[in-house]
Amino acid sequence: MSAVDSTAAEHDRSTIRGIFHDYLVKVRGGDVGSLPAVMGLIALVVVFSILRPDTFTGPLNFANLIGQGAGIIVLAMGLVFVLLLGEIDLSAGYTGGTAAAMMGVVMTRQGWPFVPSLIVCLLTGTVIGLTIGLLVARLGVPSFVVTLAYFLGLQGVMLVIIGEGGTIPYRNDIALALSNKNMPVWLGWALLVVFLGGYAVVTWLSNSRRRARGLTSQPILLWALKLGALSVVSIAVVGYLSIERAVNPNITSIKGVPIVLALIVGLVVVLTFFLTKTAWGRHIYAVGGNAEAARRAGINVQMVRISAFMVCSTIAAFAGLLLASRTNSVSPNTGGDVTLLLAVGAAVIGGTSLFGGKGRAVDAVIGGLALAVINNGMVLLNQSAGRVFIITGLVLLVAASVDAISRRQATASGRA
Amino acid sequence: MTAATAETSPPPAASEDPILTLRGIHKSFGAVHVLRGVDLDVRRGHVTALVGDNGAGKSTLIKGIAGIHGFDEGDYTFEGKPVHVHGPKDANALGIEVVYQDLALCDNLDVVHNMFLGREETKSRLLDEEAMEARARETLDGLSVRTLKSVRTQVASLSGGQRQTVAIARAVLWNSKVVILDEPTAALGVAQTAQVLRLVRRLADNGLGVILISHNLNDVFQVADDIAVLYLGKMVEQVRREDVTSNQVVELITGGRSGDLGMAEEGSDQEGEDA
Ligand SMILES: Nc1ncnc2c1ncn2[C@@H]1O[C@H](COP(=O)(O)OP(=O)(O)OP(=O)(O)O)[C@@H](O)[C@H]1O
Ligand SMILES: [Mg+2]
Repeated sequence: MSAVDSTAAEHDRSTIRGIFHDYLVKVRGGDVGSLPAVMGLIALVVVFSILRPDTFTGPLNFANLIGQGAGIIVLAMGLVFVLLLGEIDLSAGYTGGTAAAMMGVVMTRQGWPFVPSLIVCLLTGTVIGLTIGLLVARLGVPSFVVTLAYFLGLQGVMLVIIGEGGTIPYRNDIALALSNKNMPVWLGWALLVVFLGGYAVVTWLSNSRRRARGLTSQPILLWALKLGALSVVSIAVVGYLSIERAVNPNITSIKGVPIVLALIVGLVVVLTFFLTKTAWGRHIYAVGGNAEAARRAGINVQMVRISAFMVCSTIAAFAGLLLASRTNSVSPNTGGDVTLLLAVGAAVIGGTSLFGGKGRAVDAVIGGLALAVINNGMVLLNQSAGRVFIITGLVLLVAASVDAISRRQATASGRA
Repeated sequence: MTAATAETSPPPAASEDPILTLRGIHKSFGAVHVLRGVDLDVRRGHVTALVGDNGAGKSTLIKGIAGIHGFDEGDYTFEGKPVHVHGPKDANALGIEVVYQDLALCDNLDVVHNMFLGREETKSRLLDEEAMEARARETLDGLSVRTLKSVRTQVASLSGGQRQTVAIARAVLWNSKVVILDEPTAALGVAQTAQVLRLVRRLADNGLGVILISHNLNDVFQVADDIAVLYLGKMVEQVRREDVTSNQVVELITGGRSGDLGMAEEGSDQEGEDA
């Protein structure tokens, strides 16, 4: 029985070498996190930047890429909640489409203002999620089957609402701005300051609370490194998006951070907060990790399952709105095609496990960006849609294999 | 958990009125009649060993005590009052904690998260990680557990003994009055078994009622004060450790009787009630 001195382990964490060593140990132990996805994303960006330096790296294309990925990214963030339980929601794409269609009905056809229409949109998602959750958690029908049925059924509902071959245009300025407009340059910088300042203060306070209690805390150096890295990346992004990117700036000026990017960042922060700082979030991980253990710990497993499906579908409704906003209308195809499958792929590529118990909201962003970069870059290389799909499929396979391998590693290095 | 309690003097009335009593417990799963009239007494400051062959119904009995599934019939008394336990929360509220045979830990969560699972401490509705971590540390230190490097490691990466320790620490975290351990040493090596048994003994010496399920009679005779033998869903005997020999217990486990201990002669009225 070796008594490990905890202060010795703590000591070497205060140097860069120690931090790096700690991290290597974690990765070798199978806890790779989003490392493969981030590295893959960087590699993709580098490759396309070399092959298409003129177009791919331009600020116009950069903003474009965010808009292209937004719908999938938001949908994937919702899916993370059900994937964490080890469940699946195949209908999330059409849930988004149906909610966007409902919004179109009240906003365009009935002339409702934006906010009540938005509430109708989100509530449509919540109700759909509630019914899915009840069927899965109460009746015990596998979520794969329930949501497959919803996938088919909601497709029909959309056709009925919209009318065969028709579309519902969006005319509301706010609804259209969501996916298509940019914030004023100053607002982008202001939000960045709030974001970085908030991150710095919250992490600093948490660290000093831990120190005050005599618990092992993040070394100040590591805190500074993380804050520095986050600052460099986000300042670069906002700076790049603040450059004039219109082809002909004299006619219309295009600059500033896309509104949709701020929405995504805001959503990541809120969802991460709920997943990591509340008991409900903790219970989602617990149910996904070991449902029977959660039940014996007195957790209301059914409620956790139902609420996760409700959250997923509500976020899917918002994703549907973003998709419709980008095309200025809802068609029976909004949220259809491969939208849902790409969103699941995005979550998995980002590091969320289909086995449940492992995943984060930010995974959806990383994975969704990777998919958007592949699609965008290959189109710029004049590659056919066929090749884009082939590469996307390969990337997903690689991501899933990394998950499986790291899982094996974790069990191998685990039970000593 | 006060360390002040001296080893030799259990709290007053320790040996007399039991803290937990079961009388005439029945439990069936569909057509399978698993428990057929079980009586059990658990005393404060005592380790009550619950022994019996595979499938005798030991785990079923303790799951009923813990509220995982209800009993079909019988009286369940806690601290002298009849109680109805309908879920794990009810049992926890009484002060009953269980370390399950399969440990019931979430591999994807860390030690602190597991110890507070379902009963997280919050401050203005948010998880109070610092308070939980400090209390977890305290409890582990109180149990003289020094094998855990960090309470923030994922349970998946712990050894069998460490996992067992976490499960036991979770059970004593809540000022519990009765701790039930289902085969806590089954998967452990010699050193870790000794450590867990010391821990079990310490719980009882601190005034808790302890139920220990084990197939290892060495372990049982080492730490138990009382021995309760379950045979085919019936409690055939509950005796003091000093009053029996290992051989008698083996006979009780395998045949349900040993000399004048255990069930009455075969063919007597006992069989009548099984129908
Ligand atoms: N949920 C259940 N449904 C149906 N039968 C069950 C269930 N749980 C237990 N049983 C049956 O009850 C009997 C007693 O099982 P139990 O797990 O209580 O035994 P045990 O004494 O703990 O055995 P072991 O020493 O192997 O752990 C077994 O025959 C088992 O098949
Ligand atoms: Mg058992």
